[in-house]
Amino acid sequence: MERYIFYILALIMIVSAIASVSSRKMLRSVIYLLFALVGVAGIFFLIDYNFLAAVELTVYAGGIIVLMIFSVLLVHHIEMKLEVAKISKRILTAIACAIGAGLFITTIYSYDFKVESIATTTTTAEIGTGLLSYEAGGFILPFEVISVLLLAAMIGAIIIAKGRKLETNNDDIT
Amino acid sequence: MNISLNITKSIHEWLFSIMPEGVANIVEMALIGLLYLAIFAILGLFLVLLERRVAAWFQLRIGPNRVGFQGVLQTMADALKLLSKELTGTVKADKFLYNLAPYFVIISSLMALAVIPFTKEFQAFDINIGIFFLIGVSSIGVIGILLGGWASNNKFALIGAMRSGVQTISYEMSIGLSLLTMILITGSLQLSEIVEVQKSGWLIVQGHIPAIIAFMIYMIAGTAETNRAPFDLVEAESELGAGFHTEYSGMKFAYFFLAEFINMFLIAAIATTIFFGGWLSPFGITESIPWLGVFWFLGKALILIFLMMWFRWTFPRLRIDQLLTLEWKYLLPINLVNIVIMALIVWLNLTIKI
Repeated sequence: MERYIFYILALIMIVSAIASVSSRKMLRSVIYLLFALVGVAGIFFLIDYNFLAAVELTVYAGGIIVLMIFSVLLVHHIEMKLEVAKISKRILTAIACAIGAGLFITTIYSYDFKVESIATTTTTAEIGTGLLSYEAGGFILPFEVISVLLLAAMIGAIIIAKGRKLETNNDDIT
Repeated sequence: MNISLNITKSIHEWLFSIMPEGVANIVEMALIGLLYLAIFAILGLFLVLLERRVAAWFQLRIGPNRVGFQGVLQTMADALKLLSKELTGTVKADKFLYNLAPYFVIISSLMALAVIPFTKEFQAFDINIGIFFLIGVSSIGVIGILLGGWASNNKFALIGAMRSGVQTISYEMSIGLSLLTMILITGSLQLSEIVEVQKSGWLIVQGHIPAIIAFMIYMIAGTAETNRAPFDLVEAESELGAGFHTEYSGMKFAYFFLAEFINMFLIAAIATTIFFGGWLSPFGITESIPWLGVFWFLGKALILIFLMMWFRWTFPRLRIDQLLTLEWKYLLPINLVNIVIMALIVWLNLTIKI
């Protein structure tokens, strides 16, 4: 049962990922990307990582895809089509993709995965204490670094959005 | 997989006795899916009727009262009419996305419906991150609206879709944070456990002042999230025609329309579960008869739905800048302060427990 669901999800993900890079209409490729991401969320649900699945849905499907759709809506017209790249570029991209895929596949096959017979569901409480613990196996340092990064991104966004206004205000004061 | 299908045990056992396990599982899932689709359709049609009757009542009219007793079959007849209508579309529309858009809206609200606990036994998917799942799934619905607006190749539909996107993204923040405030008391995201905690007093009583503030913010943000008046800039009739679904006709229009009403029910149902004790009866008066829970749940949800309809026919529509000011300059800061107050109250054990 789980095996069939996995194959269905994998098929959805592969087909939509290929469609997403080969479609010549911009918004359609965004939607194919959304299907691929929902497929990833489905895989997480399948292996009982509910929290990660919900994060995938909220952050990627609900956040990033919506932002992408917004930017496409602003810059793109319904009758426009993306240009097809040159042959030389296509060959280069194909080589790069082949190298990347080869690297991934060799890593995955050389690693000795341990199969757990009983899957345990991770609760949010465990994730929370894991993120904030500074003992061995805790994630307090990456957590804090990411929060600083987010703060910097937020300040940067405000400055980019209001840059002109901030400058004129400073001129008035001095 | 960890799907707890605890709707009815006897059907479950009967199915497993006459079929092999794998087939029985699939049949059971299909049955539950069909059941939820039926709930979806009936609830949607009933709410449309209710909306029309309430609107008529507020405007001193009678409303639909000819088809069936007091007009109960009116929306059923409307649905039949919509089914038989021709599906039209614009010529230069992106047909694939145009046809796909209604399904995003309807599937996201159906998925959200699955985790709502109608009673202790009547919950299709009791996931341990219930509320987070609800927030995540409901954020997908807006994609359908954006796609529908863009793919119909119509200026007004596009403007409506953009407005809807801005509004939904902003107000999702308030919904999430006001629910988070209540999570501080329960300490769990699982909806069945949240209801269990409320056996010693509904959360709105347990959390007193900050809980009431959170509830008010939740109702405002929820009304905005479902694109209903006074936040219905998305389909402001005088400016945009019908907004993002201007170009939709027949059943595809009905999908958007039904999903809107189901979303309203979802907002009310989440509020019922989080703030008003879900299927628990007041003071435990019917605790010995558990199946009465579904009536308590629906009763509480209907009262909240009535409240939202009351909003709709009372307040005038906001401008887009007023809408965004309300969210970013008032609701969000109040919400953040409220979370800190709630954390203090929980920390100092100042919650009221009966």
